Amino acid sequence: MSTYIKLAWRNLWRNKKRTLIAAASVFFAVILALIMRSMQTGYYDYMIDASVRMYTGYIQIHGKDYWEKKSLEESMILDEKHLNKLKKIKGITLAVPRFETYSLISHGNKTKVAQITGINPQEENKLTDLKKKMIEGNFLDDSSKGIVIAQGLAEILKVGVGDSVVIYGQGYHGVTAAAQIPITGIVKFTLPDLNKAFTYLTLNYAQWLFSAPERLTSLSIMIDNPNELNRIESQLKNIFNEDYEVMDWEELSPELVQSIQVDNAQGIIMLGILYVVIAFGIFGTIMMMTAERVKEFGILISVGMKKWKLGLVTLYETLFVSFLGVFTGAIISIPILLYFKANPIPLTGEMADAILAWGFEPILPFAVYPGMFFAQIWTVLAIAMVSALYPILFIRKLKPVEALRG
Amino acid sequence: MSLIELNQVSKIYDETIVPIRAVDNVNLKIGKGEFTSIVGPSGSGKTTMLNLIGGLDQPTEGKIIVDGTDISTYKPDALINFRLHHIGFVFQAYNLIPVFTAKENVEFIMLLQNIPKSEREKRAVEFLEAVGLKDRINSTPAELSGGQQQRVAVARALASQPSFVLADEPTANLDSVSAESLLDLMEDLNHKHNMTFVFSTHDQRVIKRAHRIVTLQDGKIKKDEMNPAHAKSEA
Ligand SMILES: Nc1ncnc2c1ncn2[C@@H]1O[C@H](COP(=O)(O)OP(=O)(O)OP(=O)(O)O)[C@@H](O)[C@H]1O
Ligand SMILES: [Mg+2]
Repeated sequence: MSTYIKLAWRNLWRNKKRTLIAAASVFFAVILALIMRSMQTGYYDYMIDASVRMYTGYIQIHGKDYWEKKSLEESMILDEKHLNKLKKIKGITLAVPRFETYSLISHGNKTKVAQITGINPQEENKLTDLKKKMIEGNFLDDSSKGIVIAQGLAEILKVGVGDSVVIYGQGYHGVTAAAQIPITGIVKFTLPDLNKAFTYLTLNYAQWLFSAPERLTSLSIMIDNPNELNRIESQLKNIFNEDYEVMDWEELSPELVQSIQVDNAQGIIMLGILYVVIAFGIFGTIMMMTAERVKEFGILISVGMKKWKLGLVTLYETLFVSFLGVFTGAIISIPILLYFKANPIPLTGEMADAILAWGFEPILPFAVYPGMFFAQIWTVLAIAMVSALYPILFIRKLKPVEALRG
Repeated sequence: MSLIELNQVSKIYDETIVPIRAVDNVNLKIGKGEFTSIVGPSGSGKTTMLNLIGGLDQPTEGKIIVDGTDISTYKPDALINFRLHHIGFVFQAYNLIPVFTAKENVEFIMLLQNIPKSEREKRAVEFLEAVGLKDRINSTPAELSGGQQQRVAVARALASQPSFVLADEPTANLDSVSAESLLDLMEDLNHKHNMTFVFSTHDQRVIKRAHRIVTLQDGKIKKDEMNPAHAKSEA
């Protein structure tokens, strides 16, 4: 072991209590910061997951310009060649096709605008758990010629299972689409916007009705690990170039991104305050360790110790105090965070209502990413480095004669 | 050629209302193997002069030649290196690194000098033995008496093989028995190793042990005499 490291390490323990207090302040702050980050990140992950399962998936593939124009003219045909390539991408768990359009829906003298979604019932169910939301009648199967409509819409139209509704709209290339369709099921959404507008047909039936055989408006992709999103997205972009657009959930749900950003900013401010506390703990200790050793420094420089070597010893001291706190804090945090990842905290109040409105369980799972730990370590390292400048600059200015006279 | 030579050296502090000539136009030569004491009343300039000789401070005027090198124009960083390789220091107090053992303390300057580990250890043990602390090698300063600590400081200075040893009031914090025995030790090392010692003191008992006595007053050399009791040892 280098003598300078040995010297720094022993110097640290000249005042055990003070060193322990400084290290402990870092220790607790790091644990607190990690819990905060883990909770926030976990909440965002959960919200994102809830949101993508609501409808969009993590990634959607559209015909070029579809997202902007939302017109059937920008719908797409996915050939086998593309789909086979898609299947080879690692990490994709689902690829759910949809044919989505708007049309008039009426019963008796009541008419509304509805979203018509043509779905592959099994695949759709895997993504959005639609079957569970059925409150009346039957869910669609592949050969179904009926329509499933949202409960709020049914209420407005004053219809139930067994009644028929008339769909009247415009199909592909402006061809009129009109049909009378029996209601085979009612589905209930917790979000009012969906509950008042959504209807489902089978994919084939919708394509036939809107004169768009084989055509899709979107393919929603689910992945098993959100951290792989960027990789999968860029692989998809390679396959679906020119005639298509590939969008991730951030582009599909900008409101969600924004609300996360706002919340995250608050979290960062809290972290900032925490780090100021850490910084004072470290800096105060380092300042005291410097002030009480002026004579000693003077002697060491007098006998021929170069100033940078002495500065190095004080740098080690600073790093030791800081890392003592940050490493123990990070290590102790791991089991705590993993526990709450496995056993999410049940939510109440406003937060719970927000999640319930999305139709998901109000819980707060913690997220644990290595990056969170590195962020702590880097931040404390940066604080330590800045604090370490104090003794180094102090030593630089130190004149041995003055230091010796005290 | 002298080991230490001061030519018209002055150190003037002029931040004060009346400038203080702490060392005033001093000429002094000290040869190899001398055992010299700088004496004088408090404020007469002893510390200032030793600091100049030791390259801890720079003169306002004049030339200081140590070991054939004019150090009066050296920059502080160059002086650090010069001190490391040419001068052994024993201060009045706080000489030792409190968290190091006697042996580690003695080794430390040799480490700064890049002397290999085995050689450092050999010399550390040898010199701690020479100052009579063979059995206290692994003691920390807190476990040693003031006199023992000063002996470690002397061992540390000598182990680094300097051209001479400077000691500013090395006995000021010691009782008379310890002071006497430190002087015995220094004299013995002076004798055996032909090591040059320059030390300052107030203490009459210490003064009388010096071979040469340089008396300062108001920064000037008032007297420079051989101690009759030791006249034989000087050239
Ligand atoms: N940095 C300084 N600024 C101003 N004056 C100083 C400074 N250092 C020393 N002096 C003055 O220079 C003179 C000589 O001081 P010095 O410390 O060399 O005396 P000394 O002989 O060592 O005294 P003592 O026996 O008390 O140690 C004194 O008048 C002192 O006040
Ligand atoms: Mg003095």
